[in-house]
Amino acid sequence: MTTLFTPDHEWLRIEGDVATIGVTDYAQSQLGDVVFVELPKIGRQLKKAEAAAVVESVKAASDVYAPITGEVLEVNDALQTDPALVNSDAGGAAWFFKLKIADKAELDGLMDEAAYTAHTA
Amino acid sequence: MLVQNDSPEALQRTPLHELHLSLGGKMVPFAGYEMPVQYPAGVLKEHLHCRAKAGLFDVSHMGQLELRAKSGHVADAARALERLVPQDIVAIAPGRQRYAQFTNDKGGILDDLMVANSGRHLFLVVNAACKAADEAHLRDALSDVCDILALPDRALLALQGPRAEAALGTLCAQVAELRFMDSAPLTVMGLDCLVSRSGYTGEDGYEISVPAEGAVALAEALLDDPDVLPIGLGARDSLRLEAGLCLYGHDIDTTTTPVEGALEWSIQKSRRNGGARPGGFAGADVILSQLDNGASRRRVGLRPDGRAPVREGAPLFADATATESIGTICSGGFGPSLGGPLAMGYLPTPQARHDTVIFAEVRGQRLPLRVCATPFIPTSYKR
Repeated sequence: MTTLFTPDHEWLRIEGDVATIGVTDYAQSQLGDVVFVELPKIGRQLKKAEAAAVVESVKAASDVYAPITGEVLEVNDALQTDPALVNSDAGGAAWFFKLKIADKAELDGLMDEAAYTAHTA
Repeated sequence: MLVQNDSPEALQRTPLHELHLSLGGKMVPFAGYEMPVQYPAGVLKEHLHCRAKAGLFDVSHMGQLELRAKSGHVADAARALERLVPQDIVAIAPGRQRYAQFTNDKGGILDDLMVANSGRHLFLVVNAACKAADEAHLRDALSDVCDILALPDRALLALQGPRAEAALGTLCAQVAELRFMDSAPLTVMGLDCLVSRSGYTGEDGYEISVPAEGAVALAEALLDDPDVLPIGLGARDSLRLEAGLCLYGHDIDTTTTPVEGALEWSIQKSRRNGGARPGGFAGADVILSQLDNGASRRRVGLRPDGRAPVREGAPLFADATATESIGTICSGGFGPSLGGPLAMGYLPTPQARHDTVIFAEVRGQRLPLRVCATPFIPTSYKR
């Protein structure tokens, strides 16, 4: 299992041809208290860099972009009832959606944890 | 995800700037100033703390002005100011303050403001983004009767919430005697302050005009009280929205009249048709006619049915499929005390009745909202 990161503060956990996607702890700290999450529909074909989900704090709405191309296999319904999970466990329980990876070559452009840590430093 | 990191450049700072930084304030550009949008507690906790205990806000970016009648009689300044606002300024008793709007020839709102009668002169608090224009407007229109004095050397603090009276009372016992919209010159920690019992949160509380050089000491003394937390602009916005209060430039502006903005309550009978001094302010023909006959649209409170916040700018529709928009959201977000989304918007008068269901378009979807009364939460002004 590999965890990769985007410069836009998303993480991807890769297991076989499935990527689980969420936002990083740094992102949630910048967003502030999350009060609403809108997730993509299961079965939706997402293109890389397309707006896939929305996360709203008291202050503002922010888009979450699809870091890679793929079909939405599963979404985390827990975020609809408890959006604050994004603040308490961004890197774990607050995953957003799972994608069936369309093109593994797209993963090559992503960062590992050390590179991402340097990116936010 | 987009994470914004504004780097403030060429912005003004308030006398509390260093204190904001030491408190961990996240500074953002606002109306030409570098202001704290939140502190480490975060918007949600700051909001709830203010409603439960007390919150301290730095609102020193706002404009403070004095209107001094050349005659020396405050009544002459009051009569002069009535040329620019639809409010009864003459009737503001010494020690009282009133909410007002500067209007333009079309009845639109140039700015909204507070006017206090100190007994010797009028004291005005105006919005930061409008203060230069307001000052010029006052000079242009009133210099024959008044000297207009900007007060850039004064800071403005707001202390809001159920524990505000106790917190400020330990520094100045007389503040307990003030009632809602009273305004009094008081000595606080040896500083010549002008204290009003008013604010922008729906809570009981005070606004304190204080000499800039004493502002930090006063703020620190208030923050020494464990009930008082510093509150940023983020929670200031969610607090005022729950209280149904207008934010200039969003809920009201030069294209909205006070009647369309549902601010008729602020226009006294004396300035209306049939009153003692009807009209005589910019846009009076439009505003007086709307007071008599109603306006074609109105600002209303809106509660989205679901959990999704509906934000400023979202177009409104009469039903889920209508193609033509009938209005727009002017302010919207999440109300921490309400525990759900809330908004204000403009609707045609027929749709502005309570419990009417209308639809907002958000990210291509139509979300139902219900027209409701404002404020969204019970207010606790000390009347």
